[in-house]
Amino acid sequence: MTTTGKMEDAIGYPLRLALPLFAFFLVFFAVPLLILVWMSLHSAPDSADVGFSQYVKFLGDEFSMGVLVSTLWVGVEATLLSLLLGFPLAWAFTKSPGWLRSALMLVILMPLLTSVVVRTFAWIVILGRQGIVNETLISLGLINTPLRLLYTEGGLVVALAQVLLPLMVLPLITALSRIDSNLSDASFALGGGHWRTFFKVTVPLSLPGVMAGCLLTYAAAVTAFITQSLVGGGQKLFMPMYIYQQATSLLDWPFAAAISIIFLGAVLTVVWLFNRLGRLSQGFARA
Amino acid sequence: MANGSEARAAPAQDLAIVGLTQRYGAVTAISNINLDIKGGELVSLLGPSGCGKTTLLKAIAGFVRQTEGNIVIGGQIVDALPPNRRTVGIVFQNYALFPHMTVAANIAYGLDVRGLNRSEKASRVDEMLALVKMEAFAGRYPRELSGGQQQRIAIARAMAVKPSILLLDEPFSALDKNLRLDMQIEVKRIQRLAGITTILVTHDQEEALSMSDRVAVLSNGSLEQFAPPTEIYDAPSSLFVNTFVGSANVLPGAVVGQDAGEILVRLDAGETVRARRPVNEIGSGARVSVCLRPENIVVTADGSEGLPGFIEMGLPLGATIVHEVRMADGTSLKISTPRADFSPLASGTPIRLKVTALANVFPLA
Ligand SMILES: Nc1ncnc2c1ncn2[C@@H]1O[C@H](COP(=O)(O)OP(=O)(O)OP(=O)(O)O)[C@@H](O)[C@H]1O
Ligand SMILES: [Mg+2]
Repeated sequence: MTTTGKMEDAIGYPLRLALPLFAFFLVFFAVPLLILVWMSLHSAPDSADVGFSQYVKFLGDEFSMGVLVSTLWVGVEATLLSLLLGFPLAWAFTKSPGWLRSALMLVILMPLLTSVVVRTFAWIVILGRQGIVNETLISLGLINTPLRLLYTEGGLVVALAQVLLPLMVLPLITALSRIDSNLSDASFALGGGHWRTFFKVTVPLSLPGVMAGCLLTYAAAVTAFITQSLVGGGQKLFMPMYIYQQATSLLDWPFAAAISIIFLGAVLTVVWLFNRLGRLSQGFARA
Repeated sequence: MANGSEARAAPAQDLAIVGLTQRYGAVTAISNINLDIKGGELVSLLGPSGCGKTTLLKAIAGFVRQTEGNIVIGGQIVDALPPNRRTVGIVFQNYALFPHMTVAANIAYGLDVRGLNRSEKASRVDEMLALVKMEAFAGRYPRELSGGQQQRIAIARAMAVKPSILLLDEPFSALDKNLRLDMQIEVKRIQRLAGITTILVTHDQEEALSMSDRVAVLSNGSLEQFAPPTEIYDAPSSLFVNTFVGSANVLPGAVVGQDAGEILVRLDAGETVRARRPVNEIGSGARVSVCLRPENIVVTADGSEGLPGFIEMGLPLGATIVHEVRMADGTSLKISTPRADFSPLASGTPIRLKVTALANVFPLA
């Protein structure tokens, strides 16, 4: 190291090297965000008045608040479902022999290799009135008339969970494979059965991975514009679509900006709550 | 401190390992091991790194299902029993304490399984903490403990459930000398009192020789010798055991005759020494490796009897002095002498050597 400086000593490379990245963030993240905030403070698209009227409008409007709450809630549902599906998958992956692992990893990564539009259309095929699920149930004689699966919240949650599964599974695999196998052996030797070992040892020690997976999945679920629009089908409005409509159809840019800021704040609050929870699991990953 | 409950331990269980072989793919970790361990006995497994000690413990505990052979606990073949139904306690080489539980919760883990009530559990945990002298640490997490402290908690956790068989994988390796001695005595004491059949894996020969009823020496996955410590030391069954346990000077020689229960061997360096008769007969004239323990050779600074040589170096090592001696034919020997008798001799001093105990001979490989 040629030059000195406390920060530099701590991170081990000259800070100057980070300048391009810093500039990138400034131009493409911080500045647009500030413009958005500035825009949201206008009372009307062509007015010069500055104030919080757009925020008051949103927070006082039952319909808007409904959209916000249902978006945040769909995110929670999708996250929980993908955790429910992802945990056994990740666990099976870490317990599998080498060749099976490669196969499983391909299956896990496949969704990431396919366009989200394609995956979402696949769900339309599966859930539609003449879709695979309905056809199967009818041919088995379990139902007479097709069930309404598409354009329901349930359908959307399932589709979101599948589409976002890799985001949940990959951090889980990392966390699970970091757990020392001697720990579960120690539990067995002390008389613990499989269930006790799983819930008292494996699950607590995988919590950091659960946290990371949930954060990623949640953030992706609430902003999944394409899946929300196609599988949700406009029956129910969610925040990304709401913002899109305000901005491009109604050209109410200040209101769209205010919704965006509120949405951002709400998601960050949920993430923060998650992180607080995550503190409880601090140090669990250490073996 | 830890008396009341030790009395109600289960009766000691015999442990038999019959023709045990464990392969990992192409690697044979242990092959055809036979050990018959009596109830309440403490057996040490001694062997170089990678010889299969941990693998053998894992098979006994049931974490790996052996490729061939049987494990018999108390007369019952347990091959099909899962580890949680074998009543085998184990202390892992890396301790394997649950990182998300306090010391007390770690020790209580096995007690929860057994459905002890709150007060029984608390008193048992306190008892175990006292045993390993860690009372002040009940509320700490493993990451807040030193290696030696973690090791002691691992021992406490395994002993808390009163296993009928206890497997210890290098349980004292991270302890300093005094604490190690205390813990060795303590573990031995409880083991004896509770009659727990115990297998102790160790790298430390002194530990193996001092603590065990019998020692099993492993090399490359095979059992070399299984015998009481003094027999391992005095009458090793192979050149490997002789050189691995304690130290030995290995000299070439040839068998020249028989004398009662002993044989006579002529060293290439000159001089004839008496040796223990080997298990497999070696005929006269056969070339052999002769092993002489450093403490079984006496150095005399003058005189005309014995092997001639001169001092290369003298090292005072605490209670003993070790001399490196070079013989006329160029081979060098180590000789240790109690320090009370002697002060180190200067380099270059001409000396004579006398062998004071029976040597061991092994056919040349
Ligand atoms: N899971 C495994 N897969 C493949 N090979 C293994 C496995 N576990 C152990 N081995 C091999 O088996 C042999 C014995 O290993 P083991 O751990 O039993 O040695 P050890 O005697 O306990 O050594 P140490 O004294 O270093 O702890 C080694 O060669 C090791 O590489
Ligand atoms: Mg080992």
